[in-house]
Amino acid sequence: MNSIANTYFRGVKAGIPIGLGYLSVSFSFGIMAVSMGFHLWQAVLISMTTLTSAGQLSGIHTMMFPAQYAEMLISQMTINVRYSFMSIALSQKTDQKFKGIWRLLLGFFMTDEIFAVASTEKNVTRSFFLGLSTTPYFGWALGTLLGALLGNILPTMLMNALCIAIYAMFVAIIVPQTKEEKPLLLIVGISILLSSAFTYLPYLKEVSAGLAISICAIAAAVFGAVFFPKKQDEEDA
Amino acid sequence: METKEFLIYLLVMAGSTYLIRAIPFAAIRKKIKNTFINSFLYYIPYTVLAAMTFPSALYATGNIISASVGLAAAILVSLKNKNLTLVAVTACVAVFLTELLLQLL
Repeated sequence: MNSIANTYFRGVKAGIPIGLGYLSVSFSFGIMAVSMGFHLWQAVLISMTTLTSAGQLSGIHTMMFPAQYAEMLISQMTINVRYSFMSIALSQKTDQKFKGIWRLLLGFFMTDEIFAVASTEKNVTRSFFLGLSTTPYFGWALGTLLGALLGNILPTMLMNALCIAIYAMFVAIIVPQTKEEKPLLLIVGISILLSSAFTYLPYLKEVSAGLAISICAIAAAVFGAVFFPKKQDEEDA
Repeated sequence: METKEFLIYLLVMAGSTYLIRAIPFAAIRKKIKNTFINSFLYYIPYTVLAAMTFPSALYATGNIISASVGLAAAILVSLKNKNLTLVAVTACVAVFLTELLLQLL
């Protein structure tokens, strides 16, 4: 029992930076939702049930139009298809007890950042994963609430500074690993090049952000898997 | 928007997001032996985060200069230190100071 609590709290500790990052990102979601005419309870309920940044942002825009349910379904699927890949990847790293109903329950928390930190573990246990998800989940809900409540009160410069937090966290996940594996630098470079193309080039920039991210990530990872396959034993090491 | 319509929308959004996460997680029970698939799955988190960060992060703050300084700070610190919180806080401070400086100029 004691060791379960220990692992849980080790997870909580690992999740704190994610929670802080989420606080600032969901803060801006809260501001945006209320400014678009959503009630405070609606903004918070969206964050507590959906727990995703790009999907929620696209979702509240879709909700502005009446009865676009199919459109909602299709856009959510394309934006979020990356989570399926993450779930499959993490399914390879869970410990023996982390299966069945536990995966159905805890799969809810599979976000980019929770996945990224969880996948640095050799063996992901239920208690670690739940611990890891705790602060980000409440950070996401609390940030939405605070943003919806007092978005207009904080000075702009402070808000701007907080907006970089989530990206800095992404950088901190990628950069140290590229020092250890040179091919990874090339692989993430390709992903960045493609995502720049989807941002700036005509026609390509019409593609929705969520779909564009999926395409870039899949193409770069396929490139990596073809030219720099990871040996099985290397990965377990 | 009526509450009922909001709730249907929410069900579609939250439901599809949940299922796309949980179903593959629960359905894949065996260890995958295929090297290609394993390598692909190994690289996916990094390529996703990279595509989400660049170039979007350049437009995350008030202006592209403060964002670039913040990102540069994040890259420099993370070359030396893996601590996510430290990197995030440094980047925020760098953005804040840059915007302050830009206002004074």
